[in-house]
Amino acid sequence: MSPDRAVQPLVRVSEVVKLFGAVKVLDGVSFTVGRGQMVAVIGRSGAGKTTLLRCISGLETIQGGEIEVCGHRVGLSGRHSRKRLHRDVGIVFQSYNLFPHLTVERNITLALMLVQKKPRREAHDIAAGVLRLVGLGDRLNAYPEQLSGGQQQRVAIARSLALSPQVMLFDEVTSALDPELTAEVLKVMEDLAERGMTMLLVTHEMEFARRVADLVLFMHEGKVWESGPIGEVFADPRTSELRQFIASAL
Amino acid sequence: MIQFNSMHVFYLLEAAKWTIALSLIAFIGGAMLGLALALARVSRFKILRLAAMGYIQVIQGTPLLIVLFLSYFGLSIVGYRLDSLVAAGLSLSLFSGAFLGEIWRGCIEAVPRPQWEASDCLGLNRLQQYVYVILPQAMRIAIPPTVGFMVEVVKNTSLASIIGFVELARAGQIVNNATFQPFLVFALVGVIYFAICYPLTVASRRLEKRFHVAR
Repeated sequence: MSPDRAVQPLVRVSEVVKLFGAVKVLDGVSFTVGRGQMVAVIGRSGAGKTTLLRCISGLETIQGGEIEVCGHRVGLSGRHSRKRLHRDVGIVFQSYNLFPHLTVERNITLALMLVQKKPRREAHDIAAGVLRLVGLGDRLNAYPEQLSGGQQQRVAIARSLALSPQVMLFDEVTSALDPELTAEVLKVMEDLAERGMTMLLVTHEMEFARRVADLVLFMHEGKVWESGPIGEVFADPRTSELRQFIASAL
Repeated sequence: MIQFNSMHVFYLLEAAKWTIALSLIAFIGGAMLGLALALARVSRFKILRLAAMGYIQVIQGTPLLIVLFLSYFGLSIVGYRLDSLVAAGLSLSLFSGAFLGEIWRGCIEAVPRPQWEASDCLGLNRLQQYVYVILPQAMRIAIPPTVGFMVEVVKNTSLASIIGFVELARAGQIVNNATFQPFLVFALVGVIYFAICYPLTVASRRLEKRFHVAR
């Protein structure tokens, strides 16, 4: 029997091991993300959350286990599989990583034109569209350094979104922002979730995770320590580590 | 002894043209070689990295004077008699290429690592990453050290006088031998060198300012 497409996972991580030298940063991590789900990864600094996301986006190779994203095998060395991966997966970084020498519009149209080979006109329209979506429809011609941190991060989200990925990965995207700017970025992510985008996010915004995420993964010492529907995990933590974490985070 | 006169000034200015010509040859030749070396230094292929590094270390460890002697006197012995302008241009290009290659490698590496990752995640291939993301940013970083080095090259062209090429410094010597007015003559030569170099630094500052908003 073939699995139903609706519940077929877009991201499947099984028994993943990642070493930095002799340090085991990920130690047998397994989970899945289904289409349209929003999964929040929480945990203390150094728990391996960001590394996990970097492995899934193909920026790090893995030393054991398997990662499959939208049908692409990820984490093996060699660029071939990664090149196709990037059509389906968008990633947004903590430090925005916009291209400082290009306008907002060019930041977004660059990959549309170079990778997806869209004509300039169409790329422009897509850029204008995604910028409206993140509330920055009037900043096409600005340079990144002329924008606030929150605006830059929204441009980064728009840049990722423009390539119409199936899954979006968010790596602590609000950690560098003050509360006011954090709110505007979270709003954009909430809108995306409502539109059915599949999302995996590493976050320290517990309130946001509790409100928006479907599932939560609590990571500790490179392992998925606890996971489940967000309400249950927060209401009734089984391990003392998670209890402590929730107590300190809220 | 001849009185210093306007003819001498004219002669020095004529010679300054050759200094400028030689500098241009050195910039253009050096820039092409330097870019190739810089890219080889950051290449994924070890053989290219090693070859570029070897070249740079040899040239950086050799006085420019020796390179000049080799290309002018050395090559003539094995049958390639180069004109002194060609020999000087070649030597200065080889010399500037090594330094520019090393300066520009540093500038390429100074572009933050996440810029590579972000463009990689957008699906750009390595060539596209270089052309559209990394090199434009490296160029902005490169302006001040490159101009600083260009000024250095202008002054180093004076070494070409050793192989009989009459450029500004050599012309100054000739005029001084005729007039014996060293303070006047060499001060004038210094002023002309300054007049060549100063616009470079001004242009560099302008460029930096213009790029600032698009940094």
